[in-house]
Amino acid sequence: MIELKHIHRDFQVGDQTVHALNDVTLSISRGDYVSIMGPSGSGKSTLLNVIGLLDRATAGQYLLNGKDVTGLSETEQAQTRNREIGFVFQAFHLVPRLTAAENVELPLMLAGIPAEERRPRVARVLQELHLTNRSHHKPDQLSGGQRQRVAIARATVMEPNVLLADEPTGNLDQKSGREVLDTLEALNQRGITLLVVTHDAALGQRAKRQIKMVDGRIVSNSTSSPSHAPA
Amino acid sequence: MHLRNTDVTHFAWRALHGYPTRTILMLIAMAIGVAAVVVLTSLGEGARRYVVGEFASLGTNLIIVFPGRSETAGITPSTMMGETPRDLTLHDALALTRSYNVRRIAPINVGSATVSWRGRSREVVIIGSSHELLAIRHWELAQGHFLPKTDLDRATPVAVIGKKIRSELFGAHRAMGEWLRIGDRRFRVIGIMASEGRSIGVDVEDTIMIPVASAQQLFNTASLFRILVEAKTRSAIEPVKQFIIDTLQARHQGKKDVTVITQDAVLATFDRILGALTYAVGGIAAISLAVAGILIMNVMLVAVSQRTAEIGLLKALGASPRQIIVLILAEALLLSAFGASIGLVLGEAGSLIIRHAFPILPAYAPIWAVVTAFLIALLTGLLFSLLPARHAARLDPVLALSKR
Repeated sequence: MIELKHIHRDFQVGDQTVHALNDVTLSISRGDYVSIMGPSGSGKSTLLNVIGLLDRATAGQYLLNGKDVTGLSETEQAQTRNREIGFVFQAFHLVPRLTAAENVELPLMLAGIPAEERRPRVARVLQELHLTNRSHHKPDQLSGGQRQRVAIARATVMEPNVLLADEPTGNLDQKSGREVLDTLEALNQRGITLLVVTHDAALGQRAKRQIKMVDGRIVSNSTSSPSHAPA
Repeated sequence: MHLRNTDVTHFAWRALHGYPTRTILMLIAMAIGVAAVVVLTSLGEGARRYVVGEFASLGTNLIIVFPGRSETAGITPSTMMGETPRDLTLHDALALTRSYNVRRIAPINVGSATVSWRGRSREVVIIGSSHELLAIRHWELAQGHFLPKTDLDRATPVAVIGKKIRSELFGAHRAMGEWLRIGDRRFRVIGIMASEGRSIGVDVEDTIMIPVASAQQLFNTASLFRILVEAKTRSAIEPVKQFIIDTLQARHQGKKDVTVITQDAVLATFDRILGALTYAVGGIAAISLAVAGILIMNVMLVAVSQRTAEIGLLKALGASPRQIIVLILAEALLLSAFGASIGLVLGEAGSLIIRHAFPILPAYAPIWAVVTAFLIALLTGLLFSLLPARHAARLDPVLALSKR
């Protein structure tokens, strides 16, 4: 469902051109669980941003669900992000002045869904992530793990096909990190395509498919039986 | 994908709540701008109404005849100084009654003299006039009679005194019927004026009125200070004015040596001047609104850069550039509307205080000023937020998200 063909992404830094992505060709099918690993600056976040339509490829072709999305306008890209893609960030990116429930509601609001339809959907997602009793808390009243679970609830409330997680456990202690990853993997079990960027090899090993990147290129692309069977 | 209005408002409302310092700062800026417009225009309007009211209290359908005329028509300093090529006389005044359109006339002579009663004395403005003056100026008596209805050239020794004169000279003693001394002549008090406050040029309370012939004897002059003429109707004012000019020209050997002004003309002039003044102060106040607008722009720019990560997040969640602009503008609009409302309340309170402090000044802000101030506030709020909003809409989401 995700098909990248000869994707390049160049950045201009001073008078130097940095090839963050250098001729990346990649195909990910529905329901996959993919980890993208590599040292910092290897282009793994850029790859995620291009897949998530937050960033545009300099050259190459990107098909999402068989549709060429390379040339979409900004507004069309925004719509696609809203409906098809969920993001989970290392820094959670919750809006501090809004409650957990209101944060989860944001994508529904941007989609123009009426309030009375939004509430049951938000409640359901929060319940699935065991956050019901936290729904009226502001982010600063939540633990790191809870915050990231709120962010996951927000990423999945529109029922997207793809969930993109950029270092989702980077700001968490080991226990919360494991919980968050378990949550993501449980979602993957239920059919969502999961892409996790991490520089933690142990976490990356848990994915069914592992991609290693160095200097903007994919250097290894292996499908291994997961070392740890997800619950 | 269209944002719902209630959602936009709610989101903007939460944003304003989330940053109270910024919000209060901008509210104050807006409120001061709008309040300034309201208060300043109410002052200007108050001054205008005050002057218009004063002129109206002068009398109705009034025409004023001055002696002397310079080549340029209208009111000039020389007419005010009373340079007199040829005096206006009592006979001139009498001649002016011979028109069907003239209801009544009052010749006026003004001077100042020492007035004394039983050892108390006081320097007082003396007005020499006739019985008709009371009706022409719409004054009222508190006690007794006004000047007697006699021939203008009869110098009866009677006086009508103002309230203040009464209390200053007579104290608790009964004033009616007493003889007081004005200059070197004796006058009997036949009436006391009711309290009228001030009315242009004359403080009725601090004035003594005597028959015009008596005043001419007292000040040893045959000339008049001016003649007040009341036309029968408003439409008769112009014919009467022409009649006065013609009559006096004929009586003065063909010389146009008087100035005739109508109350309407003076009123219209003051009305125009003070109206322009109100616009001017309103305009000055509007500049403070524009300053508030620039402040709003700066604060919104800061707000956008403070919330860069949030805007990046909204984009990641699927907000289109248009939606971002709508959200930011809604915030600015809400701020401006609140600030302007507070400003209106403050401004109206300010005018109320002015009206209490200076009861003679009817300081009501004109409706046009209130409405314009409000609209300008909204408009500046919107216009000056356009730049920050577009700036926010153009943010690169990847960069925005990486900023914390």
